Amino acid sequence: MDYVKLINCMRCGMCLPHCPTYKETFLETASPRGRVALVRKFQEGELVESEKFLEYVSLCLDCQACASACPCGVNAGELVAEFRCERKQEQGLSTMEELILRKLVPHPDRLEAATAPLRLYQRTGLQKVVRSLGLLKVFPAALGRMEGLLPKLPEAPLRQTISEVTPAVGEQKGTVGFFLGCVMSLIFTEASLATVQLLSTLGYKVVTPKDQKCCGAPNMLGHDIDGLKEAARFNTDLFQSQELDFVVTDCGGCGAELKKYGHHLDGEAAATAFSTKVRDISEVLAAEAGALKEKLKPLPLKVTYHDPCHIAHCQGIRSQPRALINLIPGIDFRELPEADACCGSAGTYNIEKPEMSDRVLSRKVQNVQKTGADYLVTSNPGCLLQLKKALSEATPPVKVIHLTELLQMSLNG
Amino acid sequence: MEHSFIKALSEIVGEQYTLSDPESLACYGYDSTPELQSRPGVVVLPGRSEEIAKVLALCDGAGVRVTPRGSGTNLSGGSISFDAGVVLQTSRMNRILEIDEENLTATVETGVITSTLHREVEAKGLFYPPDPGSMNISTMGGNVAENSGGLRGLKYGVTDDYVMGLKTILASGELLKTGGKVVKDVAGYNLNQLLVSSEGTLGVFSEVTVKLIPKPQAKKTMLVHFPQLEQAALTVSHIIAARIIPATLEFLDRTTIKCVEDYAHVGLPLDVDAVLLIEVDGHPAQVEEDAAGIRDICERHHCSFFQTAAGPEEALKLATARRVALSALARVRPTTILEDATVPRSCIAPMVKLIQDTAKKYDLLIGTFGHAGDGNLHPTCLTDERNPDEIKRAHQAFGEIFEATIAMGGTITGEHGVGVAKKKYLPKLVGESGLKVMRGIKGAFDPRGTLNPGKIF
Repeated sequence: MDYVKLINCMRCGMCLPHCPTYKETFLETASPRGRVALVRKFQEGELVESEKFLEYVSLCLDCQACASACPCGVNAGELVAEFRCERKQEQGLSTMEELILRKLVPHPDRLEAATAPLRLYQRTGLQKVVRSLGLLKVFPAALGRMEGLLPKLPEAPLRQTISEVTPAVGEQKGTVGFFLGCVMSLIFTEASLATVQLLSTLGYKVVTPKDQKCCGAPNMLGHDIDGLKEAARFNTDLFQSQELDFVVTDCGGCGAELKKYGHHLDGEAAATAFSTKVRDISEVLAAEAGALKEKLKPLPLKVTYHDPCHIAHCQGIRSQPRALINLIPGIDFRELPEADACCGSAGTYNIEKPEMSDRVLSRKVQNVQKTGADYLVTSNPGCLLQLKKALSEATPPVKVIHLTELLQMSLNG
Repeated sequence: MEHSFIKALSEIVGEQYTLSDPESLACYGYDSTPELQSRPGVVVLPGRSEEIAKVLALCDGAGVRVTPRGSGTNLSGGSISFDAGVVLQTSRMNRILEIDEENLTATVETGVITSTLHREVEAKGLFYPPDPGSMNISTMGGNVAENSGGLRGLKYGVTDDYVMGLKTILASGELLKTGGKVVKDVAGYNLNQLLVSSEGTLGVFSEVTVKLIPKPQAKKTMLVHFPQLEQAALTVSHIIAARIIPATLEFLDRTTIKCVEDYAHVGLPLDVDAVLLIEVDGHPAQVEEDAAGIRDICERHHCSFFQTAAGPEEALKLATARRVALSALARVRPTTILEDATVPRSCIAPMVKLIQDTAKKYDLLIGTFGHAGDGNLHPTCLTDERNPDEIKRAHQAFGEIFEATIAMGGTITGEHGVGVAKKKYLPKLVGESGLKVMRGIKGAFDPRGTLNPGKIF
């Protein structure tokens, strides 16, 4: 770990008001400045890796809001993640982690097969029975939470049903690759179909290679660097073998990871070239605003937008989604207070740290309610899962949809 | 620290708000001051003023020292406990108690964040002018204790111009009420103003009542480039001499400009010696007239570029650039030693020149920015704490800069406080009699020396 990066933190405190866990606790140990101090003291031998130490360090949501806020260029979130990663390298993966990160995640077919029982579970009505009998209370808490978050799964994952090539409507302007992403394909099939439809409507031929693998973000989260590199190399080779203008994704998490492939593979030319081609769907659509606007029909809705951490803080994309929402005639757009604050989903954080996740989420829900919007738009599957559940239970309930679904609604009129 | 004492504290504020694990203590061993660190014995976060009173009474009785702390943005070591005592953090006391639109006052708990108060009062068409660089996280209690300034200080003054009333817990645990909502009050010594800038040595604030003013109707923000430093400094003096008082008149030198631009990408020029950020506000007609007058003076002093912000968004961008100057400088080298030498404003030009000459003499990189309009400069030395020789030279350089500041009729701190960082310069500034009176006052408020020991003198 680079010691200089740690001492660059001048402890000015500019990160504090942006950190979700500090805002909930007011504790230095739960702040980016504090976590950098903890890691630094550890490196200097002043602190040891006690249970408390690990608890403090792992309370970080890794939302990277501190990096956006830090004028000194210190990325506290990344430093803490790097630290956890290094510790993990020393300890090695557990059998369970090995199973999930190496045997399941990198194989889309196995992942899809694993969710098949869930589909059955939902479709046969078993879910209703389980929920009404409160059987979930019998299961371990984490499993129960996961079950509760899941919306109704589509008939089949998008990867199985989408054609490899979707032709452009009208004159072809270019060719783009579409990166499916695991959760988008498995759960938010409708949103990804909308993404492909929007691209083709705007004159792009969309190529969706079916062999593509997970972006590697779960490996990064699980501190499995080798697995991450393997995923990066595979996807780079697959997409670079096609002649593509861009590689488009509608998943904030995938986008952030794909854009780092060059870095992950230590600056390898092919990976860097691939990374520079990656675009979030909002970047592509915002650049086509003129052409898109002509096709949009009025939608008289009150809409607000939540910035996913992986879109705003990791990719610096803030203005494009808002501009796209405002393109829709008749839309009443209301800015969300603390729009770029984490929703508490944060990968598997909502399952591992339910208490803090709920506190962060409840602040988000209150802010959404302040806007009076009937739709919340966002563009990351983790946020969609977390917010759909919470806002469907709010009074009045607020509908949560992906940015491309909103645009498609307007397109279809 | 003894276990029984920690237990007694936790009975007052609650177990979860009494921190004594080594990790927490390490995280409360610093504030924003470079180089200084020292672990406290225990940290407490009271949630109500009665809890502050009980904590102080307990500590005072047991001979344990207490260091009050807000968000820990202090730049003179004021919120660090150097004797392994109690750190008392006020962040949980963060309610805005009242915005009184009839009397034009706001009453807040001590831990309210400054910019939160701005937002709430501005929503009602009112204005709380003090806007320290750290306003997005600094607490109102901390602002009062340090008498914080800010970018609008030139026209509107600093924190003590707005503090009307305080509720202060004395070291004994007694509650002292000073001032209130009355505009005129000459009964006895002005303890209210005395407590402002007391740096946590006389009492711990629990409530603050501040004066509000109507929100200015209009404002204009300007950015002016100067190829030569002297011309920029002279422009500052001549604007004031022309009886124009901008709300903001900020100065950034070449080193600072480069760092800020690297971070904020606001289009600052990289080939000039200095820029001035100027903001005028008030009645629309007056704003127009002042802006025209300022433009005329800038052009007469050979500015190379004069830009007026097109709208509020652009204005905010320019002001933000200045606000992050300090932290942006920290990108260059790991250890940023910031000072706030303040001189009469007619001395800005010689002072800036002196800082540059001193930097050259000691072979140091010093970026200077600051509130040129009120003579408050922030020469900031960019160093590396791992290089003891460089640190030594930095301290020598600042010694010379402060001596010159005092000789010009200036002061050793305009807004960050004396704390421990500038203790050694205070006797030169206030003399023996000054120190004697200050010590007497301290004794009257805090006879056992419980509160924030080792700070100021």
